[in-house]
Amino acid sequence: MNEPALHGMAQTRKDRSAPVLRPGNTNCGGCGMSNLLQMLSRAAENNDIKIVIPACCAAITTGMFPESSISVPTILTTFAAGASVATGVASVAQLNNEETRVICLAGDGGTYDIGMGTLSAAAERNEDILYICYDNEIYGNTGGQRSSATPTGASTTTTLGGKSEVKKDIMGIMAAHHIPYAASISLAHADDTLRKLRFALNVKGFRFLHVLSPCPTGWKSEPAVSIELVRLAVRSGLFPVFEVFDGDHYTINIEPDFSSEALLMYLSLQRRFRKSGVTEEAIRPNIERYWHQLRAMSGRIMPAIRDIKTG
Amino acid sequence: MSVELISANHAAALAATLAGRANRTARGFCSGVYPITPTTECMEYLCGQEIEKGKVVRVDSEHSAMGVCIGASSAGARSFTATSSNGLAYMLENCVAAASYRLPIVMAVSNRTLGPPWNIWADHGDSLLLRDLGWLQFYCADNQEVFDTVLCAFKLAEDPRVLMPAVSCMDGFILSHTMAQVEIPEQKLVDHFLPTTKVPHRLNQSAHTLGQLEIPQQAVAHRTQHHQAMSAALPVYTEIQDSFEEIFGRRVADPVVAYHADDADTLIVSMGTIGATAERVVDQLREQGQRVGSIRVRMFRPMPENDLRKYFAGTKRIAVLDRNISLGFGGVLWGEIRGFADPGAIVQGYMVGVAGGDVRREHIINLLTDLQQCQTETVPKIVEVA
Ligand SMILES: Cc1ncc(C[n+]2csc(CCOP(=O)(O)OP(=O)(O)O)c2C)c(N)n1
Ligand code: SF4
Ligand SMILES: [Mg+2]
Repeated sequence: MNEPALHGMAQTRKDRSAPVLRPGNTNCGGCGMSNLLQMLSRAAENNDIKIVIPACCAAITTGMFPESSISVPTILTTFAAGASVATGVASVAQLNNEETRVICLAGDGGTYDIGMGTLSAAAERNEDILYICYDNEIYGNTGGQRSSATPTGASTTTTLGGKSEVKKDIMGIMAAHHIPYAASISLAHADDTLRKLRFALNVKGFRFLHVLSPCPTGWKSEPAVSIELVRLAVRSGLFPVFEVFDGDHYTINIEPDFSSEALLMYLSLQRRFRKSGVTEEAIRPNIERYWHQLRAMSGRIMPAIRDIKTG
Repeated sequence: MSVELISANHAAALAATLAGRANRTARGFCSGVYPITPTTECMEYLCGQEIEKGKVVRVDSEHSAMGVCIGASSAGARSFTATSSNGLAYMLENCVAAASYRLPIVMAVSNRTLGPPWNIWADHGDSLLLRDLGWLQFYCADNQEVFDTVLCAFKLAEDPRVLMPAVSCMDGFILSHTMAQVEIPEQKLVDHFLPTTKVPHRLNQSAHTLGQLEIPQQAVAHRTQHHQAMSAALPVYTEIQDSFEEIFGRRVADPVVAYHADDADTLIVSMGTIGATAERVVDQLREQGQRVGSIRVRMFRPMPENDLRKYFAGTKRIAVLDRNISLGFGGVLWGEIRGFADPGAIVQGYMVGVAGGDVRREHIINLLTDLQQCQTETVPKIVEVA
């Protein structure tokens, strides 16, 4: 298994001189989005970036007027307008030959649900935007309701007994737009995160990054285990880490061990799965199906479905 | 200056094109557009233009059209879009945002009835949705006025004392699809008339965030600034009329267009093309010796209250013709201006031409006959003109 050591997150000479996410922000402890923004600081170095944030937790992260916890020019938009506002900002940068990277930072609600049409259209037009979805699998901002990114079995304030439907396949949807670059990112693998952020920052055209973003508040988990949860999701195969170039070149970046141990740990460390009592056996077929398809897409020799688990 | 035979939709798009090109030496022009009857030809025309340092984004919805305009304007570009009816309703959330960010986006609306039931004809109910949101609003009565108003709207919206979005409205089909002669100035005159766009709070190098959380005191302070800037727009508009005249050699219409109003004992008040018909009625009735006048409210936001009070002074009977219904209340214009009349004056509301009914002279004459018979004001009347 390819699992590089987690780099220290302290400010170093390699980092952007002012971190994108300033200290003293109001994010919950253990919030995956905080980690993501710290990694973005390192990846972006001192390049010019502008951020567009639709309604979501990250909008609250910026804090109260007139101060801001985000150290780069930022605009907060209406919930569904992330990708369209970013289109305008990026278009004007292009017209003025500016090297600005326009980043749209949106939650799963703003990506999978209300912003889907806008996002799909911006991707189809191949706008010069880096779209990052930090996926905490709920509407965090409004107190934790279900979204179409909520996984099967997770309790939310609107699915008290646990959600019965399956999580939407956002990577499949984005890859189907044949955009230059789409990748899922593991926050538990700093090299993976950094490499993809750096790469995506420098690609022209529409880039999509999907980040599994632990949310102790909504997942009912300990802040200290957030990164461990991502590692377990990756190990178990629940969160496949891969990249797709131009919609057709698939590369799997981290090979899971598909262990029951990892999946069981993942489920038991979060109280959101308790009520439904969703089991490893119930989830496993979906994981297998997804990986079967992923391996086919990546052009790798495909083990028989039953071998995946042990393989 | 050339004279072209074009529709009002094309006139609006041409004005936006010239304004867009005029910003080539600054941060350019960027627009998001989406089709809807009867405004489609406006956005199609724009899509066909070569605009140096300009981009027209063909988006997926009106919500996104305004989203692109917000992004473009917050990046310092000049921005324009056009829509109608349900398109505007769909866009509305971002119209709130555009105004609250104080972005000088200009929009052309070809007024159309909100559906369902589906009806593509003129009704002001769509643009009136913007009434309380902090948009400057104009209603036009001919194609030249549409062209002139769009040009002026950019200058007014972008003025540092005003700085807010503006909408220029034209009655769907009646203007949007009617060809008429329009005087088109040369680009260099437009360059002279329109200084380059400056959005002082644009996303530049400074680490500021637009649209953050605010506590009530901060939010109300921002609302107050916006409200006061609305009032400032009236004198700025007068300055713009002067500079327009100086550069283009003709004067753009006043916020309130009065026709034989000074000595009138009876006034017809309206917005948009009904006002043009009302002026012909005035001609006809004046010939018969009646002291009738017409008031066309061209600028609806900010409401030119002082001008209206001046024209209403001494008038005994006022018929307010609304091409809209605020359900459960009456006409929107009537509701807003009836308080400006002298005490004791009869200000009677008529909702006429609603949902696209064709308002002709005889209809207005009938209303005036009704008005003369009124002993007191009654509830606003819905008048069918089909
Ligand atoms: C049009 C609209 N509907 C509803 C809301 C309320 N709202 C704000 S944020 C949000 C959920 C955000 O969820 P997500 O995008 O997943 O981001 P998160 O808060 O989880 O970070 C909702 C429902 C809104 N702001 N605008
Ligand atoms: S609610 Fe969740 S996503 Fe939102 S700030 Fe807290 S931990 Fe982060
Ligand atoms: Mg979320």
